[in-house]
Amino acid sequence: MNTDIQHILTKYPNAQRDDLIPILQEVQEFIGFLSREAVVIIGKYLKLPTSKIYGVATFYNQFRFQAPGLYTIQVCRGTACHVKGSLKVLEAMQRELNIKPGETTRDGLFSLEVVACIGACGLAPVISIDGEFYAGVTQDKIKNIIDSYRRKAEKIEANA
Amino acid sequence: MIQIEVNNKPVQAREGEMILSALNRAGIRVPTLCFMENLFPSGACRMCVVEVEGQRNLIPSCAFPVADGMKIKTHSPRVVKARKTIIELLLANHPNDCLYCSRSGNCELQNLSEEFGITQHRFKGTTAVYPLDTSSLSIVRDPSKCILCGRCVRVCEEVQGVSAIDFAGRGSTSSVETAFGEGLNVSSCINCGQCIMVCPTGALTERSRINDVLDALDDPEKVVVVQHAPSISVTLAEEFGTKPGKDIAGIMVAAFRQLGFDRVFDTSFSADLTIMEEASELVQRITNGGKLPMMTSCSPGWIKYVEQFYPDFIDNISSCKSPQQMLGALIKHFFAQREGISPDKIYSVSVMPCTAKKFEGDRPEMIHDNVADVDAVLTTREMAKILRMRGIDLNSLEPDTADSPFGMRSTAGKLFGATGGVMEAALRTAYYLITGSDMDDYKIQDVRGLKGHKEVHLTIGDTEFGFAVVSGLDNARQLLEEIRMGRSDIHFIEVMTCPGGCIAGGGQPHSTDIKAIRQRMQKLYSIDRDERVHFSHKNTEVQRLYDEFLGKPLGEKSHHLLHTKYVKREEVLL
Ligand code: SF4
Ligand code: SF4
Ligand code: FES
Repeated sequence: MNTDIQHILTKYPNAQRDDLIPILQEVQEFIGFLSREAVVIIGKYLKLPTSKIYGVATFYNQFRFQAPGLYTIQVCRGTACHVKGSLKVLEAMQRELNIKPGETTRDGLFSLEVVACIGACGLAPVISIDGEFYAGVTQDKIKNIIDSYRRKAEKIEANA
Repeated sequence: MIQIEVNNKPVQAREGEMILSALNRAGIRVPTLCFMENLFPSGACRMCVVEVEGQRNLIPSCAFPVADGMKIKTHSPRVVKARKTIIELLLANHPNDCLYCSRSGNCELQNLSEEFGITQHRFKGTTAVYPLDTSSLSIVRDPSKCILCGRCVRVCEEVQGVSAIDFAGRGSTSSVETAFGEGLNVSSCINCGQCIMVCPTGALTERSRINDVLDALDDPEKVVVVQHAPSISVTLAEEFGTKPGKDIAGIMVAAFRQLGFDRVFDTSFSADLTIMEEASELVQRITNGGKLPMMTSCSPGWIKYVEQFYPDFIDNISSCKSPQQMLGALIKHFFAQREGISPDKIYSVSVMPCTAKKFEGDRPEMIHDNVADVDAVLTTREMAKILRMRGIDLNSLEPDTADSPFGMRSTAGKLFGATGGVMEAALRTAYYLITGSDMDDYKIQDVRGLKGHKEVHLTIGDTEFGFAVVSGLDNARQLLEEIRMGRSDIHFIEVMTCPGGCIAGGGQPHSTDIKAIRQRMQKLYSIDRDERVHFSHKNTEVQRLYDEFLGKPLGEKSHHLLHTKYVKREEVLL
C-alpha cells in the first residue's frame, strides 16, 4: 500500500481549514481509506488536531478509516428494502461479521457499507457483494452467502 | 448602562453584554447547558431561551446581546415548555441508572429534571450503548451518559490547547470521541481533568482508586501513609457543604487518622523541599550558563503537554520531581529505613487536587525496582467519598497535626496550591541563595491573582531577571511561541496546567464557579499573611532532612531520589 501522500498535499500550498475535505477525498481515493498515518500527516500539514479531522470526516458517510476488505458488502437501506425488512438484514450481517458499517473484519475479508438505494428495488431486500446482487435476502440466508465467500477466499489462498 | 425590562420589572444592563449576563446580575436564574463563562457563546443547546417582545422565535439568552428598552420574559409558559421539552429529549436516550452513577446528587441533568418537575419518561429513544473508555490512568469516559453539551470539547481545545476530544459522527449517532475512537491513553489527553469539572453529567469521571485504598487500610500487614497536597485543606470542606475558602487542615489530619492511616504527612513539606532543590537549580543554571528559561515541573499535565507538543523545550523543564513524587520517594527510601519497615510493606497514598497526578504516580520514571514512589492517588472528591463511606463526622473532630519527619511546612510551600505560588516561594528562596539575606517584603503581588498570564521583572543582587507565571495550557502555549520567536527576557516560568492552579484542579469539588476559586486562593494568601514561617529554607524539618540524610540541595542523594528526566513522546495521536 502506498501511503505517501505528499504529492497530494503539495497541490494545496498555504492550505487552510477549508481545504480539509478535498484533501481527505483525494487521500481516500489514493490509499482507499483514511489511515491513521495519513490523518496524522494531514493534521501536521493543516495544523489541525487529529481528533478534529476525525470528527469532520465522520460527519460524512463517504470516509472510511479501515482498509477495504477483500470483498465489499453493500446493504441497501432504501425505502423498498426498508419496507421488506432490510434493517433485520443489516443487523444480522453485523452479527455475522462482528463489525459495524464502515468497518472491515479483522481477517481483512469483508467490509460493510450501507447504501441509500442500489436501484434494484424489485429484488428487495437486496445486498450486493463486489457488484454481485443477492435478492430477497433473509437473516437465514446471510450465513450461507458469507460462507461461500469465505470458501472462495480460502481457495485463493490455497492456490497462492 | 441601558434599561431593559424583565418580567415586567426594570433591570439595568451594560451595553453590549449578553441577555444572560444581565439576568444573572439581577439575580434571575435561567438554566444553561452549553454556556461557559469567559468563552464565546455557542448557542447550541437552547436551554437558556427567553421570550423577547417583537421576536417571533425564542432567543438563546447566552448568545444574544441586550438592547435598550428590550422586553424579556424568562419564565413564560412558552419558555418553560420549550426548556422542559429539551430536557425531556435529553432524557429520552439517557441510561437512567442514576443510582449507580458517581454524579448522582450532583448532576446538572438530574437537577434540571427535578427543577422542571419531570416525573415521567415522555419520549423513549433507543439508548445508545457506547463502551466505557477505561484506558486512561486518570479519566474514565462513559459516552452513554453524554448529553452532547460540548463543554468538555471546548475546555480541552480553548482553555488547554489540547483537543484530545471532539464531536464525531452526525445526528442521532454523534458522540464526543478521541481521534479514531481510540482510548484516551493513546490520545493527546494530558489528564488534566478540566473536562470532568465542566461535564454536567457522569460521562466524565476520574479513575477511582477508592477500593484499593480501602483494601490497604483494611490490611493489617500494611503500613498505610497518606500525604495531602497544599490545596486540599482549603477545598475538602466544600464537599461537606461548607462555603468555599474554609481551611480545615487540623480537622482533616484528624479525619485521616480516624480512617486508619498510620502516618499523615503534608505535601506542603515536600513543596518546601522542592523549592530548595528548584531554586538551587535555577541559581545553578543562571551561574553556569544552563538552559533558560527554566520551567517548573510540578504539574504533570504540563509535563505531558511538553513531551508531546513541545519536545524541544524538555531541557528547559526543571529536573525536580513534583512534591508528590519527592515525598513518595522519601517515604519509601528514607522513612522506611529509619522506621525499620520494608518498603514493600508501605502503602503510600496521596490526596491531590488533580487527576493527572494519578498518571504521574504510575509513570515508569517514578517506579524503581518495582517500588513505586506513590501507590495510589486520590482526588479531593474521592477522599470526601471515603470519609462519608466510613461515617466520619468532621464536625466532631479535634484538630490534629501532621507527623514528623514530613509534617512541617512554611507558608511558601502552602502557596503551591494557587497559580503563582510556586514562583513566589521559589523567588523568596532564590533571593536568599543569591544575596544571602531574606527579602524585606516577601509578598510578590505581581504573581498573585487569577490572571492566566502574569509577569514580573526583579533585580536580585545586581542583575535584573524576568519571571512569568501561566496557568491554563493555552496560555503556556502562547508564551512558548513567544520564546520560540526569540523572546529572551524571561528566566524562570511557572506553569500550572489548570486555570487558577491546583485550587481549580481537575480533582477538586465539582464547580467552575470563579468566586469559589477566588475564595480558596484568598484563604491561601491569608495563611501566608497570618503565619510566621514564610520561607521554604526556614522549614526546620527540611533543614534537618538535609543535615541527617540528603546532604545538600542537588547533592548525590537528591539527584538519585528527587530528580528525574523526561523524554519526547512518540506514540501519541496529536
Ligand atoms: S483530561 Fe484535559 S486533556 Fe484530557 S480530554 Fe479532558 S480536558 Fe482534554
Ligand atoms: S462528556 Fe459531558 S461535558 Fe462532554 S459533551 Fe458530554 S455531557 Fe457535555
Ligand atoms: S446555554 Fe445558551 S444556548 Fe446553550
